Amino acid sequence: MKDVTPLGQKAPVVAADLSFSGLVQRRSGEDIHSCFYCQKCTAGCPTAFVMDYKPAQLLRMIQLGQRERVLGSKAIWMCIGCEACGTRCPNDIRLAPVMDMLRQMAIDEGYAPETAIYSLHRSFLDSIRLWGRMHEVTMLAEFKTRELLTEFPVFFQGLLGDAKLGAGLLLNGKLSFIPDRIKRMEQIKALYEEAAGASSQETEVSG
Amino acid sequence: MSTATKYTYYPGCTSETTAVEFGRSTEAVCEALGVELIELDDWNCCGASSAHTLDHELAMALPGRNVALAQEGGLDMVIPCPACYQHCRDADIKMREDQAWREKMERILDFRYQGEARPRHLLEVLSNDLDEDELQEKVVKPLEGLKVASYYGCVLVRPPELTGWDDPEHPVTMDRLMAVLGTEVIDWSYKVDCCGASMTLARGDIVAELSTKIIEGAAEAGADCIVSACGMCEINLDTRQAPESGKKMPIFYLTELMALALGLPNVEKWLRRHAVDPRPLLRERGLL
Repeated sequence: MKDVTPLGQKAPVVAADLSFSGLVQRRSGEDIHSCFYCQKCTAGCPTAFVMDYKPAQLLRMIQLGQRERVLGSKAIWMCIGCEACGTRCPNDIRLAPVMDMLRQMAIDEGYAPETAIYSLHRSFLDSIRLWGRMHEVTMLAEFKTRELLTEFPVFFQGLLGDAKLGAGLLLNGKLSFIPDRIKRMEQIKALYEEAAGASSQETEVSG
Repeated sequence: MSTATKYTYYPGCTSETTAVEFGRSTEAVCEALGVELIELDDWNCCGASSAHTLDHELAMALPGRNVALAQEGGLDMVIPCPACYQHCRDADIKMREDQAWREKMERILDFRYQGEARPRHLLEVLSNDLDEDELQEKVVKPLEGLKVASYYGCVLVRPPELTGWDDPEHPVTMDRLMAVLGTEVIDWSYKVDCCGASMTLARGDIVAELSTKIIEGAAEAGADCIVSACGMCEINLDTRQAPESGKKMPIFYLTELMALALGLPNVEKWLRRHAVDPRPLLRERGLL
């Protein structure tokens, strides 16, 4: 009901990239073209209130080849992957993997991500790369450092609340300074290298 | 009780840290119910929301390694965290259906995919593999008078093509378990609304809004407390709630309430670690 933004203003048909919808469809495996804009996804989306384009609008924009607006949108970073949209879609479009794919494309094509969200997830993946498991303390240290370097004011605004939360967790014995490192780290390394996708690395791993 | 009482156990990263009570209470409850959990040796992080957000291939490869490690035992995997469960399930399906991917993973990780170690969520195993009457017999302290809102959250029952063991809009498995324990199960509207946990560090503002809506919804329906089957939801609701009334609501893990009803030791030790102390409520109801 809140989604009353005139669609024409938000998603003008300019510079259409007609290959875009096919590309998204192929890479995500979801039938983007079957969306008939019932907006059920938007209605049930818990984070639609912080999105610049709502989920249904994004789908329509993909259909219309609005590559730059879609990949440069804030909305793709605000999706939490809760799968409410995909569960309710009458045309069985699972939007969460589409959002995953759009973020991937945005990173590959150099669009600026939502800094805090990007930094957090990057720090999380770096923690796994180091230990094989997620270690909160090193993950948070990297995240806060990234925040300090990229979003100076946000770092200080968040510091007090984060320190309070962290202190509470420490007091309750829920944070450990010592990471839990797995044994076969070479396998984790191999998976990261494979994901990085360089063919030379692939040859090396397969030996 | 069914014959399948032995499982591979994938605890997940938070079971040692932010959701340590969930890990310990899961192990204690399973032991008391004769469910044998054999921890998966050398398991790794499933990649959680982060791999999904930034790297599609890692999102399949990281949980894929856990599925790979579980093949040798050939037992179903019990997973307490819904996100770990969803990712391992996704990875298992990918290996089952995509031959090229399976061969690539088998080459990198040096294993053979058998397809027998099914990733399953703890709630589903407790609901489907245990006999309700036998569980009822083991309840020594019925949790009478405790008004509980069962909270499923997002990916425990969604999307249905991955989960499929409960209704994605109106799930009931946890409600049934809670009823067996003797609690008064509350009907409410926010069972499957997302609490936003994966954004809790990056965007605490959004998460506070989502979590508070869930807390207020439970309070409005007349619940004393919320019960969760997710390490992320529990800590998120526990630490991020800011209800307008100022009255904070205790959040329990499913297995903590089970342990309490089964008369197991250590329950107070776990409850002490919650941000919103649930002990006054339990004392008030004469349950502690």
